[in-house]
Amino acid sequence: MTKPVLEVRNLKMYYFTNRGVVKAVDDISFDIKKGEVLGLAGESGCGKSSLGFTLMGMPSPPGKIVGGSIKIDGREIVGLPENVLRKEIRWQKISMIFQGAMNALNPVYTVGYQMIEPLLYHKGMSKDEALDRAQKYLELVGLDPEIVYRYPHELSGGMKQRVVIASALLLEPEVVIADEPTTALDVVVQAQIINLMKRLKKELGLSMIFITHDLSILAEVSDRVAIMYAGKIVEIGDSKKIYYEPAHPYTQKLLAAIPRLHEDVEKLEFIPGQPPNLISPPKGCRFNPRCPYAMQVCKEQVPEMKEVDKDHYAACWLL
Amino acid sequence: MAEPVLKVENLKKYFPIKRGFLDTLKGAPQKKVHAVDGISFEIFKQQVFALVGESGCGKSTTGKLIVKLLEPTDGKIYLEGQDVTQVKTKEELLAYRRKVQMIFQDPFSSMNPRFKIYDVLEEPLLIHGIGETKAEREELIYKALEMVKIVPPEDYVGRNPHMLSGGQRQRVAIARALILNPTFIVADEPVSMLDVSIRAEILELMKELKEKMGVTYLYITHDMSTARYFADWMAVMYLGRIVEMGPAKVVIDNPLHPYTRALLSAVPEPKPERRNIIKELPIKGEVPNAVDIPPGCRFHPRCLYAQKGLCDTKHPQLVEYEHNHWAECHLVGKY
Repeated sequence: MTKPVLEVRNLKMYYFTNRGVVKAVDDISFDIKKGEVLGLAGESGCGKSSLGFTLMGMPSPPGKIVGGSIKIDGREIVGLPENVLRKEIRWQKISMIFQGAMNALNPVYTVGYQMIEPLLYHKGMSKDEALDRAQKYLELVGLDPEIVYRYPHELSGGMKQRVVIASALLLEPEVVIADEPTTALDVVVQAQIINLMKRLKKELGLSMIFITHDLSILAEVSDRVAIMYAGKIVEIGDSKKIYYEPAHPYTQKLLAAIPRLHEDVEKLEFIPGQPPNLISPPKGCRFNPRCPYAMQVCKEQVPEMKEVDKDHYAACWLL
Repeated sequence: MAEPVLKVENLKKYFPIKRGFLDTLKGAPQKKVHAVDGISFEIFKQQVFALVGESGCGKSTTGKLIVKLLEPTDGKIYLEGQDVTQVKTKEELLAYRRKVQMIFQDPFSSMNPRFKIYDVLEEPLLIHGIGETKAEREELIYKALEMVKIVPPEDYVGRNPHMLSGGQRQRVAIARALILNPTFIVADEPVSMLDVSIRAEILELMKELKEKMGVTYLYITHDMSTARYFADWMAVMYLGRIVEMGPAKVVIDNPLHPYTRALLSAVPEPKPERRNIIKELPIKGEVPNAVDIPPGCRFHPRCLYAQKGLCDTKHPQLVEYEHNHWAECHLVGKY
């Protein structure tokens, strides 16, 4: 068995706000193997983007990592000082494709200028070498290398998203986190970007965490899927098992809420109520107030992750 | 067949582009954005008509023309036989808006943040002079909130919009549109900003209200899957034209136009077994801008099947190829 490139154990990241402590990432553990794509799904506010930023070692303030461990290629990064993180980890070992490519680029610099910055800083390359490398990666993501001389406003949304993807790959990181890389794109462009991700995964053997609220997009790319609810992973496993034999009631409900393109659905299911406030989450299983099968034990004790099947785990008292 | 509730005939909307001073002096031709360029369709009572397409195809402009937020450049819109383009005076417009209401995409910016939910719902009543006393209006407001399942309404009327979740806010927006008992609702991407479980809830609610209150919808969306679920009819727009139209299921299961095929092939589906297959997208290039419309068929520069001498010169017509199923393409059945 190959060693995982990313090992996350009991990770906790809380936001210390004036209104109280928001437990956005609460006791999360998972592994990613080399060349594997883990899809991370959940409703807005479930902590999936917070988890992404935490893995980059940069929880947005007032967030702080309060416990757990993140190992990239065997090296522990929790607790490393900021300058080490910046010099040796971020973008080199783990990088991120941000949500909303439209706004991720600086409008007053050329594409090339902003792409080569990390190369000059991290690798000490000369400007020409760095531009060469940037052009190589632009070609890899299906763009004309001449784009390095253009400004972001001269590019379409899909092209900007490709630039952002190329930038994230530039330092050849072990793990790439893609946070909603296709939102705000039209459906055809979205499909092109998804195709690009699949190609990169195949050609470069990328290990990736793909974050989205859209379970249809997630199915297109993920080898394994983790479903998050209220700061916790409630179900994780092989994507076929998650989609066809979901074990957790939350996953089941989410899947029943998707309208299908080529099937007639009589009635869409929905989950009544709203996700809980993460300052004072419900006692016991966090899903219990919205769960149709909630029992007494669900209201009192937090369920542990249980193995449902080979490579398929869920945290639910019903199992 | 019964009279349609809404009938649109050869509707056009062009937006002029500002010319520079020099261009004006030189008498350069006035350029225009052809947002909607000659579309016709009919919607019958209690039916949902979906207008789908990518951004910039003119679907939202069509919605705004129907609620008279914009005036058409040319063409006619009839609501229950009345010529809407002739609605001119303030009184007439008021009477028209009572019949036609709109639900917007973004429930976060479509409500005044300083208003209480009560005020949000009272405003249309005051504007249209419905309910003489405060007690009467309150009754209507509570009823409308109950209808959209904001219960108990007493708990919510005193809140500001920011104190509600996205789904609740979109339900209040629906209540605001329904409180006037309209015959026709234009819903412009009403669920595209909502989470999947809330999206299902809002679609179910709109479907239920269609049966209960007999409303007719124009459903504007980029999402083919929700269109299949919610709509009876569907029209696919590209660069201001309807390129294909028919019953929603027929268009999705048996598309005639190459553009519809391309759109459908791009829709992601929750089927993980296909995760390593790179999808074929039968389309090339990007959407051209709507100022310099390509000659002939507008889609020909992106079409994989375009024939020289036909598609790049001759404009195709919207033709009924099967019963109730139209397409605007020279090559239907031949590619």
